[in-house]
Amino acid sequence: MQYVRRASPLHAARAPVAAGYAAALVTAVLAFENPIALAALAFAIVGAATFAGAGRILLRAALFGVPFALLIALVNPLVADQGLTVLARLGEVGPLGNVDVTLEGLTFGAILGLRALLIVLASSALLTATVDSDELLRGFRRISVRSALTAALAVRLVPVLGRDARRLADARRCRPDASARPGPAERLQIVRAVATGALDRALDVAATLEVRGYATPVPSRAPRSRVGRLRAPWSRHDLAFAASAVGLVLLAAGARLLGVARFEAYPRTVVAAGPAEWLLAVAIVLVALLPFADRRGVAR
Amino acid sequence: MSVLRFEDVTYRYPHASVPALRDVSVDVAAGEFVVAAGLSASGKSTFLRAACGLVPHFHGGEFGGRVVTGGLDTREHGPAALSAVAGTLFQDPETQVVLSSVRAELALPLENRGHGAAAVARGVEETALALGIGELLDRQTHELSGGELQRVALGAALAGRPRLVLLDEPTSQLDPVAGDELVWLLRRLNEEWGTTIVLVEHRLERCLAAADRVLVFEAGELACDAPPRGFLEWAAERAPALATPGARLFARAGLRPPPSGVKEARATLRAHGLLGEEDGLATWPVGDSPRGALAASARVAGADPAGVARALRVAPQVGTQGGRVVGVDPAGVAGDAGAAPAGRGPARDPAPPRSERHWLRRRPAGPPPALAFRGVWHERAGGRAVLRGVDLALAPGERVALMGRNGAGKSTLLRHANGLMAPTRGRVETAGRVALLLQNPNDYFLADRVGEEVGAAALERAGLTALAGRHPRDLSGGERQRLALAIVCDGATPPAALCLDEPTRGMDRAAKGDLAADLRLAAAAGSAVLVATHDPEFAALTADRVVLLADGRPIADGPVAELLSGGWYFSTETARIVDGALLPEDGADLLRARMTVVLRP
Repeated sequence: MQYVRRASPLHAARAPVAAGYAAALVTAVLAFENPIALAALAFAIVGAATFAGAGRILLRAALFGVPFALLIALVNPLVADQGLTVLARLGEVGPLGNVDVTLEGLTFGAILGLRALLIVLASSALLTATVDSDELLRGFRRISVRSALTAALAVRLVPVLGRDARRLADARRCRPDASARPGPAERLQIVRAVATGALDRALDVAATLEVRGYATPVPSRAPRSRVGRLRAPWSRHDLAFAASAVGLVLLAAGARLLGVARFEAYPRTVVAAGPAEWLLAVAIVLVALLPFADRRGVAR
Repeated sequence: MSVLRFEDVTYRYPHASVPALRDVSVDVAAGEFVVAAGLSASGKSTFLRAACGLVPHFHGGEFGGRVVTGGLDTREHGPAALSAVAGTLFQDPETQVVLSSVRAELALPLENRGHGAAAVARGVEETALALGIGELLDRQTHELSGGELQRVALGAALAGRPRLVLLDEPTSQLDPVAGDELVWLLRRLNEEWGTTIVLVEHRLERCLAAADRVLVFEAGELACDAPPRGFLEWAAERAPALATPGARLFARAGLRPPPSGVKEARATLRAHGLLGEEDGLATWPVGDSPRGALAASARVAGADPAGVARALRVAPQVGTQGGRVVGVDPAGVAGDAGAAPAGRGPARDPAPPRSERHWLRRRPAGPPPALAFRGVWHERAGGRAVLRGVDLALAPGERVALMGRNGAGKSTLLRHANGLMAPTRGRVETAGRVALLLQNPNDYFLADRVGEEVGAAALERAGLTALAGRHPRDLSGGERQRLALAIVCDGATPPAALCLDEPTRGMDRAAKGDLAADLRLAAAAGSAVLVATHDPEFAALTADRVVLLADGRPIADGPVAELLSGGWYFSTETARIVDGALLPEDGADLLRARMTVVLRP
């Protein structure tokens, strides 16, 4: 899971714009709870990854994202106590107290799980596969070198951790008692080990940065080459994806202001599913995927 | 003029009970090539981290004394300021390359110091030229091999043209070829530009010939500070585990002075009349060592040493046509024996008789193999073949070393052994479970305590019961390897085959010896052992058979005595000094026998 330059309109856009596009998709996911809007966003994210040639990477990210999503979906009905439609009474369950599993708790758990999955897909797979972190660093260092480097490193850490996870999964399969395909609990164990290893890795990288002079006081004026890329004229792909990102954020904000795509989880689940919601869904998909239609200037 | 000065430095890491450095005083002059040695956890890495300012600025802890690096006191200047005078390179290339492209990586330290665009561009070009990595400049860092990554990281450390370069086991993650190249590069920097080098290294035989001075650390104290020869004499008495194979060979044979490299050792032997003019020369790296085979068979037959020596002196330099060489030409191009592609390469020896080809398939009937690869092919999605019809069988209890350059297919073959990968053609047969230990033992640790990783019995067998309450990542390198081995071997019955992928990376000699002993025990219990390694010393210590892999197929397969002698890379240091022996102990026997012949003409 790492950045590879591919022949796609998204790769042709400058890195800050591509990162902004991925961030806009994440913002939209965070703004909606309505399943129709979320389904449209899922379609948009999968479509964007596919058109950008990162479908395989998205699938790999999903393999790790789905157990997380399932965990959230399963835990929510156990901790939520506001639903009215009781499906099962589990009685006293340890520290959770009296647990009633409700339809509303299950539904909202599924919504939360889906949102988590979409955020993982957009922020890790799409961002990592389509944004050149070095270019991102160059683009933002005029504003803040340190913050830009930190952000670029964070982006770079995703593929590194992805490789760690694959190695750990292989090592787990070498255990005598291991099953061929890890279950959710085993995946969680791997994710935990990756997270633990990430701290070690982060320390090593931080030490490397120190000895490369990262903490040296920055001169007051940045050399001209650092800002050269920002001064280059915007390409049609830059404009298209920037417009798409703004459009997605405006759609999310507008829908919230106008009360479109309303969703209430408790006490009874209420899902707005009128023409406005379907129109919004179509708009989300179109706004997100239209920039991919223009392949002029993209090498095949 | 001093470039690095330690004055009575004592340092203790936060929460540590004992100091990592105690009263260390060292003065390194400009232009010196200094090697720092010691067993694991002896304080040599901490010494380096104190020199570059990470100790105490990054790690914290209690610091006493004074370190002056390039004229800057490390108590007043942090690692960033010190980076202008001292470039630093650590072990793991993966964590030392922080950006996506090589050009950006080399430019980062210069940009951090506020150099202008022209100065940055010039610095990048000059560094790339100096290190011979010009062709990598526009590559993405994730596409690079370990050796290339380490060279890029070295380039980033050198980009500001520091007067001092500090390196912490930079070759531990590299294959021997890449490791040797890196040491040669350091030598060139030292000799041509006068850069001061301080190198921490386990495989001293690799760098001792280039060194002006050796510092040895023991429990945080500076135990020895001497030129290479003085160090080797000290090590022979005080720390045999640190002595190079050549030095141990000489010590056991009663010869002096201890050699710092192969060239010096051979010169001494020649001066003593213990090295024939033809000894060890003009032999091909693979399977062309009649002397080795002779010596080995003589040892097995219990022949008297003088007789062996006489036989060795008169042995004619004829190539072994038969044996177990499976199609290798002098250029190292693999192929079926005798099946030379038309119009390519020099004329080669006639093909061995058909009856001698594919000898593996027609071995005498015996017990079924513990692990067998039958015509195994593995082709990647793009069509590139990583394995090309591998035929290989291991009998129960057999110990086989799998060697070959990077990308030869060793790791892929091991992954087929236990089913992590499936062949695209052919099949893998096993007599039971196959345990596979991958390169990094840390990948096996999923629990917070050693005792939770494996059962109590397995822990006891691994000798780790006392460490059951510790976190696996707090163990030493050797202990981690033993724990990982216990994890993959845990079970009611021993595995039919035990496969290990580069298990000695970053290990000191003592830990390697322990691992070799563990593997011999596993083989004695009936498991076939297949170990992929770049370390000829470890292969000689562990295996009784060597399979050389190139371009995805075995090109040579034979007894360890035959395949690890008379070569350049796939050969132990002892074998490069004295033909007919692989380990210092055998070499010393051989030399003593020759001395008898010389004394009794």
